[in-house]
Amino acid sequence: MTDPVIEMQGITKSFPGVRALSGVSFGVRPGEVQALVGENGAGKSTLIKILSGVYQADAGEVRMNGEAVHFVHPVESLRAGIAVIYQEFSLLPERTVAQNLFLGREPRTRFGLIDSAKMRADTREVLALFAAAGRIDPDRTVGELDVATQQVVEIAKAVSTGARVVVMDEPTAALNEAECEELFATVDTLRARGVAIIYITHRMREITRLADRVTVLKDGEVAARFDEVPAPDAIVRAMVGRDIADFYAPPATPEEIGDPVLTVRGAGNAMLHQIDLDVRAGEIVGLAGIQGAGRVALAMALFGETPFEHGQVTLNGERVSFQTPRSAILGGIGLLPGDRKSEGLVLMQSVRDNGMLTSRAFAPLWSSDRRNAFTDRARMDALLDHMEIRAASYDQDIRALSGGNQQKAIVARWLSMRPKLLIFIEPTRGIDVNSKAGIYHLMRDLAREGAGILMISSDLPEVIGAADRVLVMQEGRIAAEFPHGATEQDIMHAATGETGVAA
Amino acid sequence: MSDSATAPKRRLPQINPVWVLLTVLVVAIIFMNPRFIEPTGYMNFLKRAAPLAILAAGQVYVITSGGFDLSVGSLITLVVVGSSMLTNNDPTATYWVIPLMLAMGLGVGAVNGLVVCFLRVPSLIATLGMMITLNGLAFLWSGGAPRGYLPDTFRFFGRELIRDVPLVRFIPVSVIVLVVVVGLLAWLMHRTNLGRQVHAIGDNPVAARLAGVAVNRVRITAFMLSGLSAAIAGILLGGFAGVSTDVGSGYELQAITAAVLGGAQLLGGRGSVPAALGGALALTAIFTLLNFLGLPQPVRQVVQGLILIAAVAFAMHRRRQTGT
Amino acid sequence: MSIAEDTPRRKAGFRFERWAPLILLGGALAIYVVVALVTGQAQYLTFDNLIAILGRSIALGITAIGQTFVILVASIDLSVASLISATAVLASVVMDGSPAMILPAILAAIALGGLVGLTNGLVVSGLKVNPLIATLGMSLIIQGCLSAFVSNFAGEVPAAFQMFAYGELGPFPVALLFLGLLAVMAWAVLRFTKFGSDIYAVGGNEEAARFAGIKTGRVVILSHVICSICASIAGLYLASRLRSGAPWIGSDGVYDLESIAVVVIGGTVLAGGRGGVWGTMAGMLIFSLIDSVFNIAGVDSFAKQVLRGIIIVAAVAFYAIRSKRIVA
Repeated sequence: MTDPVIEMQGITKSFPGVRALSGVSFGVRPGEVQALVGENGAGKSTLIKILSGVYQADAGEVRMNGEAVHFVHPVESLRAGIAVIYQEFSLLPERTVAQNLFLGREPRTRFGLIDSAKMRADTREVLALFAAAGRIDPDRTVGELDVATQQVVEIAKAVSTGARVVVMDEPTAALNEAECEELFATVDTLRARGVAIIYITHRMREITRLADRVTVLKDGEVAARFDEVPAPDAIVRAMVGRDIADFYAPPATPEEIGDPVLTVRGAGNAMLHQIDLDVRAGEIVGLAGIQGAGRVALAMALFGETPFEHGQVTLNGERVSFQTPRSAILGGIGLLPGDRKSEGLVLMQSVRDNGMLTSRAFAPLWSSDRRNAFTDRARMDALLDHMEIRAASYDQDIRALSGGNQQKAIVARWLSMRPKLLIFIEPTRGIDVNSKAGIYHLMRDLAREGAGILMISSDLPEVIGAADRVLVMQEGRIAAEFPHGATEQDIMHAATGETGVAA
Repeated sequence: MSDSATAPKRRLPQINPVWVLLTVLVVAIIFMNPRFIEPTGYMNFLKRAAPLAILAAGQVYVITSGGFDLSVGSLITLVVVGSSMLTNNDPTATYWVIPLMLAMGLGVGAVNGLVVCFLRVPSLIATLGMMITLNGLAFLWSGGAPRGYLPDTFRFFGRELIRDVPLVRFIPVSVIVLVVVVGLLAWLMHRTNLGRQVHAIGDNPVAARLAGVAVNRVRITAFMLSGLSAAIAGILLGGFAGVSTDVGSGYELQAITAAVLGGAQLLGGRGSVPAALGGALALTAIFTLLNFLGLPQPVRQVVQGLILIAAVAFAMHRRRQTGT
Repeated sequence: MSIAEDTPRRKAGFRFERWAPLILLGGALAIYVVVALVTGQAQYLTFDNLIAILGRSIALGITAIGQTFVILVASIDLSVASLISATAVLASVVMDGSPAMILPAILAAIALGGLVGLTNGLVVSGLKVNPLIATLGMSLIIQGCLSAFVSNFAGEVPAAFQMFAYGELGPFPVALLFLGLLAVMAWAVLRFTKFGSDIYAVGGNEEAARFAGIKTGRVVILSHVICSICASIAGLYLASRLRSGAPWIGSDGVYDLESIAVVVIGGTVLAGGRGGVWGTMAGMLIFSLIDSVFNIAGVDSFAKQVLRGIIIVAAVAFYAIRSKRIVA
């Protein structure tokens, strides 16, 4: 057995108020795929960022080929041969494939100019390793490529740096079935070339297909380590480590589900086709699918941000056609955006201001900021208290709060408007495990009080556990529907357009 | 995917540094000219600072909403030149010219806001374009050589004093205008829905829009208030400066400098009207000191440029330290 | 998941942005021809006249080439107008009519430009001051220093140096050829050097550039130096053209705003990372054609200023209006 190329030992890292990692040890050998699994917030990303030098560990050490290394900048780890492929691509959409591949280390001619011919040739050579090579012209602008091809370029970039360790962070999030297979082939190629691969995922199928070894992180600690890929159940148990029934709120009983609050028939726009959808009062409907399947587009169409262009929408028995978020809100829809920082919060304002934002938006501009037709300071504070938001004071800037508390403040924003339909997009993204249950129970409480809830999530266990019914989207259509209790596999098949037999 | 933002926040110093700066400057002025503590001293100071302070209070709205308004200087010029053309030495004309000028300020602000919101031109370019256009209009209107007079009725606001006031002996009308306008703008900014929403759209326009804020309406209102403040500043300046085609030039940068000195955050999200008033007073105090030191006019420009850069650099430094 | 993440990526095919400068240029040319014909002034359509039109925009063109660099790295420079005045005055004062002083004057002007650019770059990338404010502040400082020393035409440019503005090589003015050469050089730098590649990377995605090991601060600083040196060359040209330097020639020409407008019309995006020098040249041509149209049509000079302001905003709007992004 070969020696590990990377060995991380006793890695501990705290952020103010949160211990992200404590005493994590982790290693990967040349020519193996080591799956790193764990729920959101388990510490996977933090571990990788320490490996690549984005963060520095508080304690513990990183060894590469047996020697202690201490990267303080991602460039250093890259030079040492560690390439990280993040979920957000670091490609420049306006530059060509070749320019991206050799960004920052362009080959030069004798005169110090960029040697475009060599760059192009080298690009072809690197791309030849991949099945997609034929499709990729080194002179094409990256922005013109589809997501899967961009991903190949991103991986090729890692390979072209001569990386001995490649980290892939949920690389299949945006890929369809065929593209996934292509990616798996690429990973096999890398493995055969002796590259050590750290593969972050929470999809069991990929672990079974690719991994040689598995490490499970939970709450910042190694929960389990498998030298051979075990049965999926064992991994899930190690990942969640508690009784699932408690974690998610119980599903709705038939009596709790009422009349439809939302009915959509044959609706569509440039991104959506023939959408038929019902959401009933008291019901949580989960919306699953791969990235780009149109889940967020559907939410934004309902919310009037990118409106439907045809079809019928009925909200609480009335035909509606919302053209702006404002009209949708007045009609009784609320939406919790998926990216809290960039779409949800006004970070420099206080917790209370964030909670009162929507109610103020519908009151006259010149009237007092202390009370309006929907709520007032005292009632907002009571609501924030009721949701057990932990803050030094509600006058405190919201950016200092934890993700879970921030999310609750956004929920508070909607509660004062008494919406009939609430759309949650990635409700627990970036929220620590302990606060997740709180959000699930909050959603269930809202449903019990008579709201219809549409939940969009990329976290399959979450969709399965928290929703009463799961709709699966694919290429802008609703492709399948499952009752409570569907399996991850059923949903993945529907989401990636694979019908019939499993792979 | 850990939360790195749960830090119990270090309390920011409660006192805005601009007040410390202002105090130091005022002490320095008193040291150099003890008569400053008499009403003639500080009332004249406030009178001179009034146009800038009003302008800065308007500018804070635009800066807090995430933009810049560089058209205010030329708007002042247009107000002064236009008033002199329209009143044409007729004292009774003042009563319709002043409302008309205020309406023009609101109108120019509205155009700025509409261009930014609907043509999606960044406010910097939009208001610079407006600046060129308004300067051209001022020339065009006056034929390049404005008449040098405004009737006394018009100059009342900028020039007159109210005498026999207890305690302070006299109050310039412009100081009363200053107190009323800045007071109103401060109330609007810090006690109403408008102010909260100006903060919200400057902080994160996408989040504000998804939360239902009428982003365009709020933004246009902010530009209109800035335009209105420029019109008021122009009316005051017309009272104590003469009529010329460069009476307002440079005021846009002074207003931005004053707002930034008051801690307004460039590109939006944070801003305070009282602190902008403090910034305007501090800037005027610096100019007064330079005057005492016998330094010529151009030095003022250099100092102002340095202050502008230093104030922003200081703010950025503090933001990095407090981890914003 | 953000909204952007979930929407399908841009498809290949016709890209409006790539052709917009040419479309605009064609439009401006058509208007020019039509106005010349309608007003019965066909003499404006000769080759000589076209050269003359170009000759009027040389200072703007040189400045805009520099401005292209800073806008490509997602910065901006509003101090070019003051710098143009300062270098014009400096050069003309140093020369003071003596041909022997031409070289020192040129060097002094370039050195001043380099110093201003370096300072701008350091303040923007080191102190993290918003580039608008940093360069506006710099503009105030330069203008203040300048007016402390001169208030009217100062110095004198010797006849030999007037060649720069008035000399001709065959049918072409020397200055026009110089502008062409400068544009080719700028294009070559952006296209063939590592620095050029780094500019696009820093402007396109600063974090990705830093992760790729590019020293982003250095790229920003160097771009500012290039921009300021271009502005000082434009100042030298204007001194040569006016035979003397005056402290108002930069601000009178509104070179700060116009150079930005020219760059934007040429398809370089204000957010950085996309565009190039040839677009800027097309933008310059569009501006000079519009100016000529005003002249042919006999528009009053103050009215021209009003129209200019509107055209600049309209030009930026032409590109911006299609984006869904909220601007402030």
